[in-house]
Amino acid sequence: MPLYQLSINGKKYRVNADAQMPLLWVIRELVGLTGTKYGCGIAQCGACTVHLKGAPVRSCSFPVSAVLNQPITTIEGISNDNSHPVQKAWIDEQVPQCGYCQSGQIMSAVALLRDNPHPSDADINAAMQGNICRCGTYPRIRKAIKRAAATLPKTNGQ
Amino acid sequence: MKIMKEISRRNFIRQTSLSGIALTLGASVSGKTAVEIINAQTPDKMGTELMSWISIDKSGKVTIVSHRSEMGQGTYQAIPQMIAEELEVNLDQVTIFFAPANPKKYGPQPQEGSFSVRGWYKQLLQVGASAREMLIDVATKRWNVATSECYAKNGDVIHRPSGKKLGYGLLVEEAATLTPPQNVELKSRKAYKIIGKPLRRQDIPLKINGTAQFGLDKKLPGMLYAVVERSPRFRGKVKRFDDSKTKAIPGVKQVLTVKRAVFGSLFEGVAVVADSLWAALQGRKVLVVEWDDSGFDHPGSEQLASQMRENLKKPGPSPQFEAAFENATKKLEAVYETPYQSHSCMEPLNCIAHVQDNRIEIWGPIQEANWIQADLSERMGIPKENVTVNMTFLGGGFGRKAFPDYPHEAALISKAINAPVQVVWTREDDMRLGPFRPGAFYACRGGIDNKGQIQALQTITATQWLGEGWSPEPYPDPKPAGYNSGSLEGMPSPYFKAIPHYSFGGVGTRSPIPVMWWRAPMANTAGFAGESFVDELAHLAGQDPMDFRRSHLPDKRFQALLDQLEAISNWKSRGKNAGWGVAITECFGGICGHIVQVVRKTDGKLNINKVIALIDCGWYVNPDIIRAQVEGSIIMGLGAAIKHATTFNDGKAVHQNFNTYEMPRMTDTPEIEVHIMENDEPAGGVGEPGLPPFAPALCNAIFDLTGKRIRTLPFKLEEV
Ligand code: FES
Ligand code: FES
Repeated sequence: MPLYQLSINGKKYRVNADAQMPLLWVIRELVGLTGTKYGCGIAQCGACTVHLKGAPVRSCSFPVSAVLNQPITTIEGISNDNSHPVQKAWIDEQVPQCGYCQSGQIMSAVALLRDNPHPSDADINAAMQGNICRCGTYPRIRKAIKRAAATLPKTNGQ
Repeated sequence: MKIMKEISRRNFIRQTSLSGIALTLGASVSGKTAVEIINAQTPDKMGTELMSWISIDKSGKVTIVSHRSEMGQGTYQAIPQMIAEELEVNLDQVTIFFAPANPKKYGPQPQEGSFSVRGWYKQLLQVGASAREMLIDVATKRWNVATSECYAKNGDVIHRPSGKKLGYGLLVEEAATLTPPQNVELKSRKAYKIIGKPLRRQDIPLKINGTAQFGLDKKLPGMLYAVVERSPRFRGKVKRFDDSKTKAIPGVKQVLTVKRAVFGSLFEGVAVVADSLWAALQGRKVLVVEWDDSGFDHPGSEQLASQMRENLKKPGPSPQFEAAFENATKKLEAVYETPYQSHSCMEPLNCIAHVQDNRIEIWGPIQEANWIQADLSERMGIPKENVTVNMTFLGGGFGRKAFPDYPHEAALISKAINAPVQVVWTREDDMRLGPFRPGAFYACRGGIDNKGQIQALQTITATQWLGEGWSPEPYPDPKPAGYNSGSLEGMPSPYFKAIPHYSFGGVGTRSPIPVMWWRAPMANTAGFAGESFVDELAHLAGQDPMDFRRSHLPDKRFQALLDQLEAISNWKSRGKNAGWGVAITECFGGICGHIVQVVRKTDGKLNINKVIALIDCGWYVNPDIIRAQVEGSIIMGLGAAIKHATTFNDGKAVHQNFNTYEMPRMTDTPEIEVHIMENDEPAGGVGEPGLPPFAPALCNAIFDLTGKRIRTLPFKLEEV
């Protein structure tokens, strides 16, 4: 099995893995960061969303061999003290119910606001459409994204 | 409130001062052994146990146990919120943790029927109140003053005349030696400081940074992984399997036939056990299993539907009803059809089991800890006290995780391989293997008199009854036509005071497909038929649907709900551009009314603009959790109405993943407004009553706008 050197949340990891092994299982099972979730395995639900060089990818459908030297950010790398504006907004709007989809929702929202700090409803729809929440927290997710956006500077991202 | 941060990563062990039982809870940090972690904890971390739910340490830090599973519905917060109110502590002085199954200590711990609060609130309030009185008692004796001069506040006992204070931490050891007083007078609702407030949920900080531990996140030292190829036709037996390629995958340890109990039947599968999840998944891909699918039908959806349509005709006439129906001024007959559905919790099923000698310990997203404990004990022949059920957070439950099949299967695999094992269901396994919500068809007949009052109402149900799975193999013959309360579930009860002649009956439909409860069981389909049909009768009578309901719900509580629903929505002044529909259902101790508003967009397609919901759940704990539950119920109801259905072909479920079993997503979500009735009724359900009214209110709104009546779910909104 090939050896991969990965940078996750600013830390370096060396893992032996099948080239075809999805990044999701590498992160969860080999690295041991379990905040990233398995929901469908076929890029339909967004529970496994992580950032690759800042852009959201569905890690369940992304082979480890395709990561190359791009840095990975998982939910654990957003902030561990819930101080990120998106996390704060998630608390203020009391978004999660069961919480299982929320790592992915937050990763999609963080990426959206980084590129587009003041998204319209249509922008929110487009960015969040790939994330399923079976508990139905969508109304609160929308509110929380707007609340987080309101705390960001008027121009540019963070 | 300080949550036991990373509770999921730690082990807690403690000697309970009253019972002397060592309780352990939680997980091990990967890489360390369980022993190290237990030793790393001070045994008396939680302090002295005062009552089963409450421990207090010397510094006054309070730990309250949440003994019910948390699947999103907020009991993690609601239970401590109730206890803390009567205990007179702030929630920020409180730490919460999950209790393992322990019916002797906590009473039943199931999570169904929206029962956590409504079933137990008086008992839980009493627990807090008794504990408080014991603490006051100790302080009073120390000061040698009258009890009437003392009160408790924010974790202190205070002597009113002198202002002297003693913290709970200094009183608890002695208080724990007292006998808890019974029937302590509870606080009046007006005096509440915590209950009834929209306090923030304490599980949320854990759920936004990856630290909340769900079943799939739990690991044990030396744990193996299993994935199981299960019979796609549910009841097929393993004829033979070829594991030669599977065994060649590095990491695969064993391949074995395994069973799991689904109601009265044993369903079969072939488990691939490996030292990593990846290896197990790879091994399963190349496993070849041959099934013996003889001895039972392999129905498709059309066959099931025509069986149900036939069965609707079977019940014999009810003479009284027929006479009243004959005499009615206007009559209507309609059939409503609802499909099978999968639960599709966001977290697929999974369970860790470790069976050793005469002991079983399991960890997982468990909705029904006591049942699973009892079931494992019976099926595995191990005494109940040796079966430990540890609950993680649940990534959704909706009834599916209240069923003991997946722990049973995990326990059998662990026993066979003699190691701790985590059994992981893929999304495909989870979605296509059931048990499903059964499809249910309803034949409704109703007649109104010349004043527009319903004189006669009949509903015949054809469905697979939820209980039939318990009958022995082969799956049972249809039950004779007869009364079944499932037909009535969801219907507001006062209708039956207003309608002089009504008749309900049902015929069980025979099928090998396993079925079970799904959020708001029976009500989620019967409510659709019932409240659609009442709407149809209102139009038949030429009456406003709200007024029609008002004259058929002769009950103070319902009249108040109707008045308020009308007021908050401005029902009377609604314009002509939007279609408005109303529906009211009653189930699981809660009453909920929805108003759905639909419009036609410029592109000609229908859009759900807004849903206004009003729930009457009586006495309640946390209004924000109620609002969240109703929002979620509406969206889940929306999915079942216009997005997804489980269909069958040749005895197998067709939809296996979210690519074809389409979930509601952000763009499907209408604006939702949730209101709560304020009254002095007893506590009712919160997690389920908000679901059933959605589909009928939507279809009633569509009729209002378009004149088109929809009687079959699901339907495509864009095609109406
Ligand atoms: S698990 Fe990757 S998108 Fe669903
Ligand atoms: S919070 Fe449960 S799936 Fe989104």
